[in-house]
Amino acid sequence: MLELRKDIFADERDDNLKEIGKGTQRQDMLGHVTGTSTYFDDHKLQGMLHLKVLRSAHPHARLRRIDTSEADRAPGVRRIIRGSDVPRNLNTLLSLINFGKDDEPTLAVDKVRYKGEPIVAVVADSPLEAFEAIAKIRVDYEPLPAVFDVEEALKPGAPVVNETYPKNTFTYHERYDHQKLRFGDVERGFAESDHVLEQRYQMSPIEHAPTETNGSIAAPDTNGRYVVYTSTQALFFSLDTCAKILDVPSNTFHFIGGTVGGGFGGKVDTLTEPLAILGAMLTGRPVRYVLGREEEMQYGPPRGAERIFIKDGVKRDGRIVARKITAYFDSGAYTRLSSYAVVKCAAHLPGPYTIPNVYGDIYCVFTNRTPATAMRGFGVTGMDFAIECQMDKLAHLVGIDPMEFRIINAYRDGDMKAHRREAKNTALIECVQVAADKAKWPLREEFKRMSSRKEGGGARAEIPPTPREPVASRPAPAQQRTSYDRGIAMPASEQRPVAPPPPPAPPSPPAAPSHGATRFSSVFGTRRR
Amino acid sequence: MAKTALQFRHNGRDVAIFVDGGVNLLLALRELIGDMTPKFGCGQGGCGACSVLIDGELHLSCLTLAETVAGRSVETLESMKDGPNLHPLQRAFADNFAAQCGYCTPGMLMAAKALLDRNPQPSRAEVVEAISGNICRCTGYEPIINAVLAASASRARA
Amino acid sequence: MPVTVKTFASTSEVAAALSSDRSARYLGGGTLVMRALNEGDISIATIVRAADTTLTRIDASSSRVVIGAGVTFARILAERDLAFLHAPARSIGGPAVRNMGTVGGNLFAPVPYGDFTVALLALDAVVSVHGGLGVRDIAIEEFLQSRERHGGTLVLSVSCARPASADAFRYRKIARIKPKGGSIITLAAHLPSGGGRINGARIALGSMAPVPIRAKAAERALDGRSLDGTAISAAAAAVTEGISPADNALASGWYRREIAGVHLRRLLSGQE
Repeated sequence: MLELRKDIFADERDDNLKEIGKGTQRQDMLGHVTGTSTYFDDHKLQGMLHLKVLRSAHPHARLRRIDTSEADRAPGVRRIIRGSDVPRNLNTLLSLINFGKDDEPTLAVDKVRYKGEPIVAVVADSPLEAFEAIAKIRVDYEPLPAVFDVEEALKPGAPVVNETYPKNTFTYHERYDHQKLRFGDVERGFAESDHVLEQRYQMSPIEHAPTETNGSIAAPDTNGRYVVYTSTQALFFSLDTCAKILDVPSNTFHFIGGTVGGGFGGKVDTLTEPLAILGAMLTGRPVRYVLGREEEMQYGPPRGAERIFIKDGVKRDGRIVARKITAYFDSGAYTRLSSYAVVKCAAHLPGPYTIPNVYGDIYCVFTNRTPATAMRGFGVTGMDFAIECQMDKLAHLVGIDPMEFRIINAYRDGDMKAHRREAKNTALIECVQVAADKAKWPLREEFKRMSSRKEGGGARAEIPPTPREPVASRPAPAQQRTSYDRGIAMPASEQRPVAPPPPPAPPSPPAAPSHGATRFSSVFGTRRR
Repeated sequence: MAKTALQFRHNGRDVAIFVDGGVNLLLALRELIGDMTPKFGCGQGGCGACSVLIDGELHLSCLTLAETVAGRSVETLESMKDGPNLHPLQRAFADNFAAQCGYCTPGMLMAAKALLDRNPQPSRAEVVEAISGNICRCTGYEPIINAVLAASASRARA
Repeated sequence: MPVTVKTFASTSEVAAALSSDRSARYLGGGTLVMRALNEGDISIATIVRAADTTLTRIDASSSRVVIGAGVTFARILAERDLAFLHAPARSIGGPAVRNMGTVGGNLFAPVPYGDFTVALLALDAVVSVHGGLGVRDIAIEEFLQSRERHGGTLVLSVSCARPASADAFRYRKIARIKPKGGSIITLAAHLPSGGGRINGARIALGSMAPVPIRAKAAERALDGRSLDGTAISAAAAAVTEGISPADNALASGWYRREIAGVHLRRLLSGQE
């Protein structure tokens, strides 16, 4: 009988798990303070080549001709990579979870949709030789009208940014051009209000500016595999994305990462790995592709800009009775993750407050700007900026202390949230109380005594009557195909029937989940309470 | 292609390499010497991740033409430890949570060392000034400032 | 092709090399040239260096101060006789940049850099250059207006008269990032006075044009007057006359125009 001698290791682990309140050193700290933590770029490989990309000089242009003949002959050039060299030159990040249509090429082929979009990659012996070769590439652009404003992009006749989404909006559930939230009747709420305040909020794109720029090194390994050292924040997500784009089994790759020189959401887009690997495949040599600082700042994906309109109805006593929000998320030229940010945003409305009538329309809009991506609470952070500005203005309008105004409207345990889930473990009131205390902000005694656990539920737990809106009868757009597909068969997942759209409200039987829907319910929004 | 012979002291040892024209010291240290402690952050002098000491003075290795250090002494984070023992600054950075992603840490430590080598008991304002050329995107700087002051205090006690 | 590095013993050899090769760039502290190379600037084929120690000389013993083009900002800060230039020197970069960056290089630094040059412009400095026709002195204002043409020459030194008092020269750099950041606007004022009246005021502005410029309308508002509230208000009101700053990542041109008068008022009235 085989027996594991656990007694030998008995002293190695303390299973009491009493860690709270004790200082525990991070595992990576010693490496950090000695400079021995290994980042992707800390690998010195024999015969390593350097990859740089030629980027679009225009925000929107047709590519008439790309002439690389002079660059081909430039000193030190090992390989020039064009869109036609990429096995599946069209992808969208969340296609791995069956969300959205492939809309972004690795290298642009017939059109560029934002300034700085990669068109040609050059693999050379040194970065300088790669730069010199890039200067020798001639691109004949036919500039097209560009659109940089989310509302302009939705107007009839606006330039079509991305042919995959001809209306310049992401398509949800195969037919909807935005995410809707309907809870109660805001128009009646406004009619009952003592004050109505409508405001416009706009935020700019925000670059993560990690100290380590995006990059990766791919090297041929034995058995036809490739080792990839990468700065990615999403190692396996990135691995699978590369397998899809390069049309090889995912076990072709051995991704090594995890030590990231700052990410904050800006290193989830698999920006460099596909080209680094393809370069290694085409040259048989290790290939390094690292963004320069200007590339990182100009063309690295930022937190997307949002334009937000909020209309609130408030009673003299400080209760908000209606909140109507229309928001436009600027996704830039491609989807990346903005489609998901919109879903998160809709689920977050109307902020951490119990408001009986809520109305939300959130759009994911395509413009000729740098594609946006994840960043620390994306989809929620920008909306919270707008909501909390609005809360201060409302408090001022009704003459109530802004801290107390938030406590009056805070959700409490047992309340019904606008997306029809019961609020649990709420703590906004307690947060405001602590913040006021720390800031030495005077709260009246009755507000100091209030609790998230008291006075919730009851009438506040009810779903108010919600007028049904006619569903715009529009044919589902035909599956968009572009020349990038190069005749490759669509994977089965894309042909599978998708979940029927959830009816607006009130509660209805759960929709049949499509593949992955249960695990990624926050994306699909199909799981119900 | 012509390369230039270059000799200098690297962390107390004499080294000799051949560099291409125009190569910066950061590249020479990382790719030719194999010292990966200085980091590339911007190549513009904006972030300080590549900071090293040249003859005891704080310099940005990415903006230093490699051949200008001929005959000089270059010191990087690699040499900060004393055998297995951490330098007081390294110990203080670890104890004060002064590193998160760790990428700016080598440059921060060199900037802090340049300060303490000349001014062992700096004020808080002097610490802030000393690391003002180094960008940290994770910590918000406060833990780093506290760590430098803690290292200064620990050396005063020792 | 790798870059060719040429090191010469004398400044005249450097000047000859620069004037004969359009692709040659002079390497001072490295903060401009190496940066360009790192970002993939392929127009630089040759780097020229000087081993001549005259470039790093400081002569601060007399009323006229001469500073070699290769003098770093750290050296200026270490020089007690150059106290009037400490504020502009300290406003540049972090310690590492001050250990590297030079007075000569700063003359060529594009917006939002070049703060030290703003101070030199207010001090009516003279730039000594070695060009194809030999050594000559150029008034800094003229030098800056034709800066692009001076790329093929070697700056040897800058010189200026020492201000009569600490109060006669003032400097302020406005940045968003504390304690250091790129300039939104940089202001320097030299206010020579006699008999209680300002005579020959110089107000220089950085980041308000592609090169540092003088606010001549504000200077006129001060000349012949004592530095009182009325004169300061007149100068502040006139500071942007004829000046149209550009937008950049740090601030819009509109914002720069709006704040120029505010900061000039604070500078002249000695407010923090």
